[in-house]
This record gives sequence, structure tokens and C-alpha cells, in this order.
Amino acid sequence: MKVLLGIGGSDDSIRALEKTVERTADADDDLTIAIVENPSVERSRDDIESKVTDVLDDLGIEADVLHLEGDAGSELVDFAENEGFDQIVLGGGETSPMGKIQIGSIAEFVLLNSHVTVTLVR
Amino acid sequence: MSTRSYSDAVADPYEAPPLSFTDKEERTIAVRAYDGSDEEMEALVEMYDSFDPADRAQGIPPGREDRIRDWLDNILGDDCLNVVAWDGDEVAGHATLVPDGDAYELAIFVHQSYQRSGIGTRLIKALLGHGRVSGVEKVWLTVERWNRAAVNLYQNVGFETSDAESFELEMTIRLAEPDE
Repeated sequence: MKVLLGIGGSDDSIRALEKTVERTADADDDLTIAIVENPSVERSRDDIESKVTDVLDDLGIEADVLHLEGDAGSELVDFAENEGFDQIVLGGGETSPMGKIQIGSIAEFVLLNSHVTVTLVR
Repeated sequence: MSTRSYSDAVADPYEAPPLSFTDKEERTIAVRAYDGSDEEMEALVEMYDSFDPADRAQGIPPGREDRIRDWLDNILGDDCLNVVAWDGDEVAGHATLVPDGDAYELAIFVHQSYQRSGIGTRLIKALLGHGRVSGVEKVWLTVERWNRAAVNLYQNVGFETSDAESFELEMTIRLAEPDE
């Protein structure tokens, strides 16, 4: 299966990275990792990219890593649809101090607009 | 942490617990601050264990007793403020304020057997009263926008919408003047 993981650097997106790379090893998926702009995150693109490389190296997984510029949600949906991906994977949200699940703005947009199957990692 | 907007106006000073009232089903409901005892903790676990998952809000209360206990451990801590509505020794509802920087996040749950009896309004007012006398200045919450009953309840006690751009509405209220 052709899987596109979108990662903007939030904690839930890092968790999604780890779980998706593990799953890729088990399922023999074809993984592409797209680093996107998340305005609410301070982590730099370089930091995110080196985290991606670390996680891939740890599990010995090969994946295409690329950068998408502009609005993260729309760029991910557009890229996934144009490049024939089977699935978009994203972080499934952060939890508030109360423990409430709060879905990020990128995931909200992708869920409502993608014609490709979407997985949110919890 | 996002910056939330709060009204400049301070909300009505609601009465702090303990207090009691008769609900629409003629039951006597007592509202008290959570006392931290094992008995009260177990009564809360029992209420949440039989809580209808259809009334879950953004993943809480969680299902399964062990997850309920983990979640309660987190929100019944010493730095949190908790108020419980009792029908005898049975929990009818529970409302909580959990610290978040210079503000508190609010949640309230009324068990299915006690809903539509006027308990939610009394319980949230008692929690805000408890917060006010405990020095809480600002409170925020999120609510699913299709949950009209909850949105109306929050508006009626003085919450205002501060962010309407996500799946959930964010609402805020000010309980005290800024502490300068």
C-alpha cells in the first residue's frame, strides 16, 4: 500500500511518525514522508527532518522524505490525490489538561477534504 | 499554549458549595466539594463506569475501569477543584476545574439517570462559586458544537465563545479581576 505520512512537528505528529514507521516494517508498505508547515509548532523543519531520519534509521526502513510548502492540509490532500496514494496518515490530536482529545487544524482539513483514506494515529 | 480571549467583565458571583436543592424529579441533591476520601473516589468510579458512551465528550470519560481510574487520578489531584452532586451516597454529577497555566479547564458530567432535571446548571454554578472563592481568575472549556444543550448551559451561566474555528467551540469566562 502507498502511504503518505504528513508531519508538521507537533508531538502527536512525532508519535504518528514512530508508529507509522513501525507499521511500515510489519506491513511492507511503500512509505513517503511529507514534512509540512504547522504554524502552531516551533520545531524547525531541519529538526523534524533529522527526527525523521533517526526513526527510519533505527528501524532500518527506507522512505522518500520530501517537503511540501504552503498550506499543509490542502497541499497534503492535493499531493496524495495526484500521486496515487492509498492512505494519508496524520497525528490524531493532542490532549488538553483535562484529557480531552483535540484534533489539530491540519487533520481537520484533511479529514473533511481528502478523497483518499485518512488514518489518525492515537 | 494558545492565547485565549476572556471577557473584561467578571461573571455573576455564584454561591459556593456546600448547598442543596430539590431537582425536577423531586430528589434532594446535595452539592459538595470533593473531599479526597476513598469512599467519594469509589462513588465517582461507579458513576463513570456506568456512564453512557454516547455522552462522551472528546474522549472523556474514557471507557474501562482502569482508564477511568487513571483519568480520575489526573483530575482529582490537589491542584484541581472538584464538585460533586449527590443523591444520597450515589453520584448524580461531577464537575471539575483542572489547572492550565494561569487559567483552569472546565468539564462537567451528569449521569444519564439524572439528566434534564436541572442538576447541570446548579452543579456548574456551584463549581464556578467554588472556583471564585478559591482564587480562580479565568476558566475555559471546549464543547462539540452540535451539543446544543451543553452550549446553552455554558452560555446561560456566562461563558462566551472565544474560538469558533475548530470542530469544537472554545468558550471562556472570567471569575475575578486580573491579579495585578
